[in-house]
Amino acid sequence: MDELALEESASAEARWKSLKHKANWIRLSSMTMNHHAGLGHTGGDLSSADILAVLFLGELLKIDPAQPGWPQRDRFILSKGHGAAAYYSALAARGFFPTAQLKTYMDPLSMLNGHPDRNKVSGVEANTGPLGHGLPVAVGAALAARMRKESWRVFVLTGDGELQEGSNWEAAMTAQHYRLDNLTVIVDRNRIQQGDFTENTIRMEPLAERFRAFGFAVEEIDGHSIPELLDRFTHLPIEVGKPSCVIARTIKGKGVSFAENQPAWHHGVPSKEQLAAAAVELGMDAAW
Amino acid sequence: MVSGASSPAAGRQLFDCRDAYMNELEAMAAADPRVCAVANDSLSSAKLKNFKARFPDRFVNVGIAEQNMVGVGAGLASGGMVPYVCGAACFLTARAMEQVKVDLAYTRANVKLCAMSPGMAYGQLGPTHHSIEDLAWMRVIPNLTVLVPADPVETAAVMRYSLEHEGPMFLRIARVPVRCVHGDDYKFRLGKAVQLREGSDVTLIANGLMVGCALDAAQALEAHGVSARVLNMSTVKPLDREAILNAARTTRGIVTAEEALAAGGLGGAVAEVVAQEHPTPLRILGVPDVFAPTGTAQFLLEHFGLTAAGIERTALDLLKYEG
Repeated sequence: MDELALEESASAEARWKSLKHKANWIRLSSMTMNHHAGLGHTGGDLSSADILAVLFLGELLKIDPAQPGWPQRDRFILSKGHGAAAYYSALAARGFFPTAQLKTYMDPLSMLNGHPDRNKVSGVEANTGPLGHGLPVAVGAALAARMRKESWRVFVLTGDGELQEGSNWEAAMTAQHYRLDNLTVIVDRNRIQQGDFTENTIRMEPLAERFRAFGFAVEEIDGHSIPELLDRFTHLPIEVGKPSCVIARTIKGKGVSFAENQPAWHHGVPSKEQLAAAAVELGMDAAW
Repeated sequence: MVSGASSPAAGRQLFDCRDAYMNELEAMAAADPRVCAVANDSLSSAKLKNFKARFPDRFVNVGIAEQNMVGVGAGLASGGMVPYVCGAACFLTARAMEQVKVDLAYTRANVKLCAMSPGMAYGQLGPTHHSIEDLAWMRVIPNLTVLVPADPVETAAVMRYSLEHEGPMFLRIARVPVRCVHGDDYKFRLGKAVQLREGSDVTLIANGLMVGCALDAAQALEAHGVSARVLNMSTVKPLDREAILNAARTTRGIVTAEEALAAGGLGGAVAEVVAQEHPTPLRILGVPDVFAPTGTAQFLLEHFGLTAAGIERTALDLLKYEG
């Protein structure tokens, strides 16, 4: 390896490490919010943290906190609106509002509902909460880019159990018919929904084949690997002329051993002791 | 302001309001590149064939998928377009109710829902295709403007207004032919009832198809020595409370008439105002708490007394027992 390549590789590794640290900050921030609120969806906050860190803090989304309504911005829609704590943490870390606001999560009259509201929170693109809403809205935003001959891209992060809602597949049909290659669906494939593992509830596999059959270009990646996420999201679309589907294989509760892969942590709320133990595992004293 | 009754346009010729909607939508699209249309397969019933031919790049057909259709509308609006989401009223409301609530109203998306062929326009097709619940459903959703134009002149005016108005709207576009009740100089004003006829004994408050019937009823009531005021309440939300309270104060009672369930729609809205602020004898004409039998739209309207004669009878009854 020549010197330049070595330097580049060192800087890439430093970037990965920095983003991993930011993802863990999102994890601890979300858990702290859920602890304060006494409510929340810890498992899904933790499974989506690396995806959010790479998109928002890895400078992959063309967005500007100084002008949240910038018409040419990339659109990111959190379809799994119950992952609000992680989303708000990422938005705050990206500069859309002060991190001090995060401690008001779900307080009376706080701008931070349990599910995001774009009319209250800078940077939020769509009001979500009920499942199966994000993908149709994302399809509309991708169609708008085409109608206006603009180059913005649209990202939508869905849960996996969420894909049981039929509206997703209605939207998928529209996306493939209009060949929306400016649209990327990211599935947080943590394999657990509220009541149980997805495969014990309603079988979701073969999920990649289903999206392929619906006309998407699909890739499955490790949803906790910063380099894999960075690489995938910097090389979109997966295939010209097709909407992209990135199935991010994740672990619900990732990063906090006692929460990992436990259906009960879908909306588990950490106690003070659990929050302290999580901070140790995530390598920091406190998020804020 | 009294308008319409003496206008040359106010003859007995009948019109399908969808033609006025279609002409206006195409004219707006020609003038404003933000205007686009979203359809759910039914290009003929939504009168969008010509729009598609003229503006193919601003026309989206999502297929038979109403939940998606409304969500796509919200996404188009977030991309700066002004989408007109056009589908049969029965499916657009019932099938996509949560999308209307969340993606449009709660989000305050600048989307215009064009609810085609509402009420019992699809008479013989049966209750699955009737849209008589829509006014009750739509009226209770915060942030949503609900409009029921009475004739082609008002339909065109409401369409033009919708493009100027920022925010989600529900526009009920009649298919059952109606006569013109407004003159060509008609100006739509959001949240303002239009007084089409002065009267001092009873006030008839109607919208949509029922406005023409209310005018005919008022004419017939003259023979009974009854002076009937007629208000076209095309804006169901935000409601013109002042016009309602003025009617409650200055006439002996109110009859409402709408091509919808008697529960929860225009009559319900009027009742909420007068019951709380100026209790007044009130009759609500609409479809009772039943699914309609088989029959043409005209047959069903007569079946439920949603006619000039039905309004006349109801007004006389109200004055007899309450006056």
